[in-house]
Amino acid sequence: MGSNMAENHPVGFQWVMEAKLKGAPVIHVDPRFTRTSANASFHVPIRAGSDIAFLGGVVHHILENDRWFKDYVLPYTNAANIVGEKFRDTEDLDGLFSGWDPAKEGYDTASWQFAGMAKANSAPEGQGSAAKAEPSGGLGGGLAGAEPERDETLQHPRCVFQLLKRHFSRYTPEMVEELTGVPKERFVQVAELLCANSGRERTSAIVYSVGWTQHTVGVQLIRTAAIIQLLLGNMGRPGGGIMALRGHASIQGSTDIPTLYDLLPGYIPMPHAEDLDLQTYLDGHVKSGGGWARLDSYLISLLKAYWGEAATPENDMNYGRLPRIDKDHSTYRTAIAMLEGKVKGYFLPGENPAVGSANGKLQRAAMAQLDWLVVRDLFLIESATFWQDGPEVAGGQTRPEDCKTEVFFLPAAAHTEKSGSFTNTQRLVQWHHQAIEPPGDCRSELWFYYHLGRVIREKLAASKDPRDRGILELTWDYGASGPKAEPSAEAVLREINGWDRAGRLLSGFAELKADGSTACGCWIYSGIYADGVNQAARKKPGSQQTWVAPEWAWAWPANRRQLYNRASADPAGNPWSERKRYVWWDAERAEWQGEDVPDFNRTKEPQYRPGEGAGGDAALSGDAPFIMQGDGRGWLYAPSAVLDAPLPPHYEPHESPVRNRLYEQEANPMREIYHHPLNPYNEDPEKYPFVMTTYRLTEHHTAGAMSRNVPVLSELQPEFFCEISPELAELRGLEQGGYAAIITARGRIHARVMVTNRIAPLQVAGKTLHQVGLPYHWGQRGLTRGDSANDAFPIVLDPNVHIQEVKAATCDIRPAERPKWP
Amino acid sequence: MAINSGPPPYPGEVLVQPVAGDEVGFFTDSSICIGCKACEVACKEWNNVPVDDIRYLNSSYDNTGELSANSWRHVSFIEQKRDDGVAWLMNSDVCKHCKHAACLDVCPTGAIFRTEFDTVVVQADVCNGCGYCIPACPFGVLTRREGIVDQPAETHVAQKCTMCYDRLKGGDEPACAQACPTKSIQFGPLPALRERAQRRLDVLHQEGVEAARLYLADESDNEVGGAGAFFLLLDEPAKYRYPERPITPTRRLRGMWLAAAAAAAVVLAGVGAAAASGRR
Repeated sequence: MGSNMAENHPVGFQWVMEAKLKGAPVIHVDPRFTRTSANASFHVPIRAGSDIAFLGGVVHHILENDRWFKDYVLPYTNAANIVGEKFRDTEDLDGLFSGWDPAKEGYDTASWQFAGMAKANSAPEGQGSAAKAEPSGGLGGGLAGAEPERDETLQHPRCVFQLLKRHFSRYTPEMVEELTGVPKERFVQVAELLCANSGRERTSAIVYSVGWTQHTVGVQLIRTAAIIQLLLGNMGRPGGGIMALRGHASIQGSTDIPTLYDLLPGYIPMPHAEDLDLQTYLDGHVKSGGGWARLDSYLISLLKAYWGEAATPENDMNYGRLPRIDKDHSTYRTAIAMLEGKVKGYFLPGENPAVGSANGKLQRAAMAQLDWLVVRDLFLIESATFWQDGPEVAGGQTRPEDCKTEVFFLPAAAHTEKSGSFTNTQRLVQWHHQAIEPPGDCRSELWFYYHLGRVIREKLAASKDPRDRGILELTWDYGASGPKAEPSAEAVLREINGWDRAGRLLSGFAELKADGSTACGCWIYSGIYADGVNQAARKKPGSQQTWVAPEWAWAWPANRRQLYNRASADPAGNPWSERKRYVWWDAERAEWQGEDVPDFNRTKEPQYRPGEGAGGDAALSGDAPFIMQGDGRGWLYAPSAVLDAPLPPHYEPHESPVRNRLYEQEANPMREIYHHPLNPYNEDPEKYPFVMTTYRLTEHHTAGAMSRNVPVLSELQPEFFCEISPELAELRGLEQGGYAAIITARGRIHARVMVTNRIAPLQVAGKTLHQVGLPYHWGQRGLTRGDSANDAFPIVLDPNVHIQEVKAATCDIRPAERPKWP
Repeated sequence: MAINSGPPPYPGEVLVQPVAGDEVGFFTDSSICIGCKACEVACKEWNNVPVDDIRYLNSSYDNTGELSANSWRHVSFIEQKRDDGVAWLMNSDVCKHCKHAACLDVCPTGAIFRTEFDTVVVQADVCNGCGYCIPACPFGVLTRREGIVDQPAETHVAQKCTMCYDRLKGGDEPACAQACPTKSIQFGPLPALRERAQRRLDVLHQEGVEAARLYLADESDNEVGGAGAFFLLLDEPAKYRYPERPITPTRRLRGMWLAAAAAAAVVLAGVGAAAASGRR
């Protein structure tokens, strides 16, 4: 669901095909019948933007029909936890939870907490000075105080299990049909297949991609899937899990060692302005139980990697040199700040927002307000030339001479022209070696940022200004050598791995210390250069090792191929079944054994129970598999870490032709709306009666620079098209192969018309609902040109992660003349 | 020769390694084709096959259209509306490397020849562009390469899949087979591929995919003497625009020539007899 894996991850899809050849049912739930659907066991067409209704229906089915995995759910999840008396569900408040503050447009989550517990310290209040609370970091699962009250019989009306039942009680097959357009018989068939393929002997996996994330309820959508997988016992077990397929090479790596404003490497939260010193920061972030209890050793080792000898206990390990955040600084917020003239300069390395981001028109207008813009790319992309040949110039709305932005275009080296690593969806870090020299002035990113830093440091060398110390004191030696002074990517990898005072490379993050005696650039990657060997460069063929293939490359953390794999054994430590044997407790040797590296304290016996006041790993029982959560349990109910709901409700997309049948509250109350003349929303569903959604094609890559400039790819999908059903074509008088205008409040975009039965109209809430499919690869440059689908979408965001809703919005579509593209 | 790479195509299968002297070929299993067109791209990249025209064909996701001098692999996309929804058939087409190849029969220059791998290859530097091979092919595989600005030496020359003759000589499998992520395109010794295809067909029939069938796997459905590239299809060949029963047009050539010679002999004999009698 929410993924077109065959088209966008064809190499990974070979394993799905192999599973299918072995007899696994493959179900594809998607608005369109795609190349994935064609290779699935069957396809279920669904209304774009109604996925939580569908998944909530699955939760309802599991609970109503008693299909949940009791022996797994009771010990491994928070099903038995009792929630405080003041909590009110969406069932009570018609789509809102208790704690809603209309003025702040946010929740006070105090009433969401478990009985007898204080509010968790990762709850948003009190952090940041923004109007909306701005949490940071990847610290899921913080809990404050003692073990919560539990009812192991699951009968207490306020226990999570009963709340879950009640929350989803109206998500019946009939309601699913009403909201999603999926006939109830078909829906029940899917739910039953999932149940039948879960349990001791079997596991099911759920795969998603940006078809789930790019919604105003993206995080809650994935939460619903997590609830299903916990109830069915599919987490931490072979063949189970939830797989988030990443959109391009090493986008996982750029989250791990982040390009995100709110993270430091390894999901360490970026300090807030209020976190004045290291101790304040640690007091505010360190969890009492679980893996995050050692945040101090991860962060201090990072500070030592940044500043080496200059970071000392006397100067708070140079913590004061770290940048801080005070509010949302995500990409859309930054674009809006540009528009308001608050941003002077901008770097775009390998990103093309003029085509790839929601509301391209606003993106281009925003970049035109910069003083300077640096674009590093393989090709001269639309984001570098918008001032010269963008649609607004072609349409006569702006003139090149009116753009004040000075644009610097710097040609980049491709991956074949440099050494480095890719981190893929399954956290596997794979090294690639340089094959050829980059041509002309093309340089690697590493070269660019290393030398940029070097030149800045040289310019600041004489500075006595304290604010420059942070740059001048950085360790900045990566063995640049050769005619181009190319830094060594392996030197960077060694710093990421970390070392001790003697310079010995660390074997893993267990060795990290909080006393400043270790340095490590990213704690979850520690061990990637263990024994002085680039573990990511290992390429032992699968045929020469076990089926888990631990010697192919290296997976973070600690080369574990499956996270939370303690859950592949029962509470006593025995495999749930022979068939699904993966990690187990070996009583004779008194340690965990397995096909994989156990994701658990190796010598902690299953019967272990924490004593009073135990912290960190010692605070977690021997049967608590989810070790990065403060309580070691899988969270069916999330009292913290998510801002907009402790249990996921179905909300309509911001723009929807359908009323929310479940609640008075139509859309996510916390969605981020931005009112601006350049960002108008479709207000009238009568005027914009159809649902539109964006997607990618195998033949092109994201915003198109890497494919629209390649002849052999351009000829395979040479024109921007829209996919519509024969019924919609008939309704609007559109012709196969003709042209259409897709009309929104943002304007009109033009596309070739592809009439196909693969995008069938649905019966939603008693009416026929039509959907329009729009691949988003095109722009004004390249061998194949066309309007950009993202120009039709507004900026409206998920409140947790600030991701745009471009998988569901409304539009009209009408016949049009052939557009004037050359 | 060790030229198969990657995992075996089906769970539990073993790799089939061709040895020198084997007749090799392609088995294209359309039931596991995901329509990614990696075969088309790999083929063009390896063989330097030019891009001639970037245009929208208004034909589902197919903008290649057909096999030609500039497209040696072609993935077809056939959309079908059925009672229980829709189907989207995908199949990567290629030169069939006929055992009785009409293109080779009619080539007057010897540019087309049969290799030591029992495949059929056009030598661009020998071809004179006469075009006899084009109508001779029962599958419409061959055309002449026209107007490619950066490859003038090959203008007017007939071109088609060589089964990566150069790669085979170097011990590698053809580029398309290596690039195929799902092993829908399989390369190997033909007898082993045929056995594997039959097993796969049996499985599909057991699963209730009754329309599944092999095409050109032996000589029973064609008169081209069997093929070096055969297919597992999920519908009638005609739905994939394949001839139901392809015939090598030169198949009866020997007979025709013999008949013509006999007729000529009769005529000559008659004329001779008439002349002789006239002289009398």
